[in-house]
Amino acid sequence: MPKRIAFIVPAVLFLVLAVTLWWGLGHDPSIVPSALIDKPAPAFKLPPLEEENPGLSEQDLEGQVSLVNVFASWCLPCRAEHPILMRLAEDDVTIFGLNYKDKPEDARNWLGRLGDPYSQIGVDLDGRVSIDWGIYGVPETFVVDSSGRIRYKHIGPMAPRDLEECIRPVIERLKEQGPGLETVELPASCQGSKG
Amino acid sequence: MIPEIGHYALILALFAALIQGTLPLAGAQRADAAWMALARPAAGIQFIFILTAFLALMHAYVTSDFSVLNVVNNSHSAKPLLYKISGVWGNHEGSMVLWMLILSLFGCAVALFGGNLPPTLRARVLAVQGLIGTGFLLFMLFTSNPFERVFPAPLDGNDLNPLLQDPGLAFHPPFLYLGYVGFSMAFSFAIAALIEGRVDAAWARWVRPWTLVAWCSLTLGIALGSWWAYYELGWGGWWFWDPVENASFMPWLAGTALLHSATVAEKRDALKSWTILLAIITFSLSLIGTFLVRSGVLTSVHTFAQDPTRGLFILGLLIIAIGGSLVLYALRAPAMKAGGLFAPISREGSLVLNNLLLMTAAATVFLGTLYPLVLDAVGGGTVSVGPPYFTATFVPLMVPMIVLMAIAPMLAWKRGDLAGAFTRLRLAAAVVVVIALGTWYLKSEGPVLAVLGLALAGWLFTGTLIEFSGRLKLFRIGMRESLRRAAHLPRATYGMTIAHAGIAIVVAGITASSAWQTEKIQVLRPGETVEVAGYIFTFEGTQELQGPNYTIERGTFQVSRDGAPIARLFPERRFYPVQGRQTTEAAIYTTWFADLYAVIGDADGEDGRVTRLYHNPLVPWIWVGAVVMAMGGAVSLSDRRHRVGAPARRRAAAASARA
Repeated sequence: MPKRIAFIVPAVLFLVLAVTLWWGLGHDPSIVPSALIDKPAPAFKLPPLEEENPGLSEQDLEGQVSLVNVFASWCLPCRAEHPILMRLAEDDVTIFGLNYKDKPEDARNWLGRLGDPYSQIGVDLDGRVSIDWGIYGVPETFVVDSSGRIRYKHIGPMAPRDLEECIRPVIERLKEQGPGLETVELPASCQGSKG
Repeated sequence: MIPEIGHYALILALFAALIQGTLPLAGAQRADAAWMALARPAAGIQFIFILTAFLALMHAYVTSDFSVLNVVNNSHSAKPLLYKISGVWGNHEGSMVLWMLILSLFGCAVALFGGNLPPTLRARVLAVQGLIGTGFLLFMLFTSNPFERVFPAPLDGNDLNPLLQDPGLAFHPPFLYLGYVGFSMAFSFAIAALIEGRVDAAWARWVRPWTLVAWCSLTLGIALGSWWAYYELGWGGWWFWDPVENASFMPWLAGTALLHSATVAEKRDALKSWTILLAIITFSLSLIGTFLVRSGVLTSVHTFAQDPTRGLFILGLLIIAIGGSLVLYALRAPAMKAGGLFAPISREGSLVLNNLLLMTAAATVFLGTLYPLVLDAVGGGTVSVGPPYFTATFVPLMVPMIVLMAIAPMLAWKRGDLAGAFTRLRLAAAVVVVIALGTWYLKSEGPVLAVLGLALAGWLFTGTLIEFSGRLKLFRIGMRESLRRAAHLPRATYGMTIAHAGIAIVVAGITASSAWQTEKIQVLRPGETVEVAGYIFTFEGTQELQGPNYTIERGTFQVSRDGAPIARLFPERRFYPVQGRQTTEAAIYTTWFADLYAVIGDADGEDGRVTRLYHNPLVPWIWVGAVVMAMGGAVSLSDRRHRVGAPARRRAAAASARA
């Protein structure tokens, strides 16, 4: 009889797996890229890249309209996007960096060489926080309003056109009208727009 | 009009698949020859309808019919023809059509060439194929219709993701799906055997060629994918343990195990219920891979558009297909009689060990891939999963695997002579010592693991050659006699030798490229030079060019060594205005012993450029080895017994298991 039981093991293991997957379908916030839109940013607390600086947590996001940019030194599209971030930083847009699964020395090197557009950086060494944010590739960029709500998400590197047509308008409008602004209308070419 | 024909063809294919999946199954149960006979025409009709749908979709892409939503989302009129065609399967809906096309093609092949299968087995195999097809067609028609229209039609499309506009990736999905779907044949045969309650050598002989086809295609598909990642993603790596990569790697590991256990089932009539379980697991892993990529449960760099409804639908299909077959297995497999007995030290014993190692490796990858999800489910803490986890768990499993690969073919069936095998491997042991010392001497700064890796590659390569020459009795009998023996060796033996040698080449490539890669990142102005691993790279500047649907910034590097010019490299950055995206095209010069790899990045505001230069030793061997492995599989596939011997269920088989 114990022999028979051995043959049941695969089916039981699969049952466990199926339940896990079903749970995952209903539960994981990263299912829909836009699931976090108009929701408060997930709670997190990340250590800084350089010890003397502050790290990054969800409380830092409150008080101003900001961008949260996920980057890594190994990611070439991030490099493509980097000059755009530098330009935004010059225009006094607050940019928070989420350094994704990177070697801290590589990231320091990278920023040292190319310039550092970030006002604060959190190091997400194991990618846990990025999972909560629903990150599914690097780079990704979020627009967060002054109450700490995520209002727009851009997947992939920002091209100049994305900046001018989507990101900047969202930032401008949030700055003018504050976090009370209910819907942010976007041209059809922007990610996540219904048009 | 044509898109509607395609949509309609899909609906008709669903009915054909329904008939194929039900009536023959019932017919086989009731011994009704007429119902069983329905399976073959139904398989043919299903294939014709799906081919019609596939061609209709391709027509919409080639003619840039922007009234079809799928074309709008994934194509553009200025796109080169190759990518209009590959755009058909470069998206979720279209890739499902390709998946179904291959599935029904395989079903059709059984219907056409399975004339000499026992009628009940053939009816049941085709019925299981029909049921799989039914599930996927329902999925497509309800959640992923590729022919959805859009009104008013836009003037032009949104273009295909530029990363996918690449020759390597154009052919990557077809190979991958040939692999995934090919394993559905082994699965169908396994389910049919469980229903019949009998597995014999002829059954195993039927399963093996299908598994081989799938395995070869999957090997090539994975190799193409990693090659693409290597030159297109532009950071010199070639495997990232990304969920999508793992999704194709797990069926490969299980399929490799299946290939080996099917040999035992065929030759020794042993390990039968295990082989059936492996056939189920291998296809299940293919299905789970599909689920992971498309449902959004896991996130990855190159996933398809994600949709939880689809995820739920696929999960339902998974539960029916995998859960159902495992329950059937639990009910029927215990009744199957165990076959030939064997000592632990024997060819069978070593293949069992091979299976254990491969399946443990597959389980490891599985856990690593699902880890973030499982961890959430049990509410655990945070531990890092990523390349470190996979290296730490995968490498220790592969080391004994490769040691074993040289020994196992030398052991006899039933009872092997381990001491004898080691005596024959003296030369391989000597090669290990030479390579280890040589590597140590030349590259004293490298990691110890790299010495081990190269030594293992040498061990496996030499061991494989020794085993092969042993079969020819090379140097022990006359040359003419050896050649005569070579001519009479079965092709499957050649296949094994070639595939194992391929693995040795891959191991050497992986080891050297991960241990001794040289990377230099810097800002260069025209005329400046950098030294990378003994090569002098001179940056000559950049120029702007125009591609068919993108603009190009092309950098030029002059590479020289010891004053002699070696090559000129032209790395590019392309900008695709429609999607507003940039891609990097690495420039690669290969000496076959190393790649020189150059990528250009941003301008530094003046005339300088960020540049990334690599020297990757032995990296081409990874893909050369993979192609050699696939060739080994193809040679084995051409073995005489698959062509002539397979169909005839010999009388002798009557002596074998009958439940």
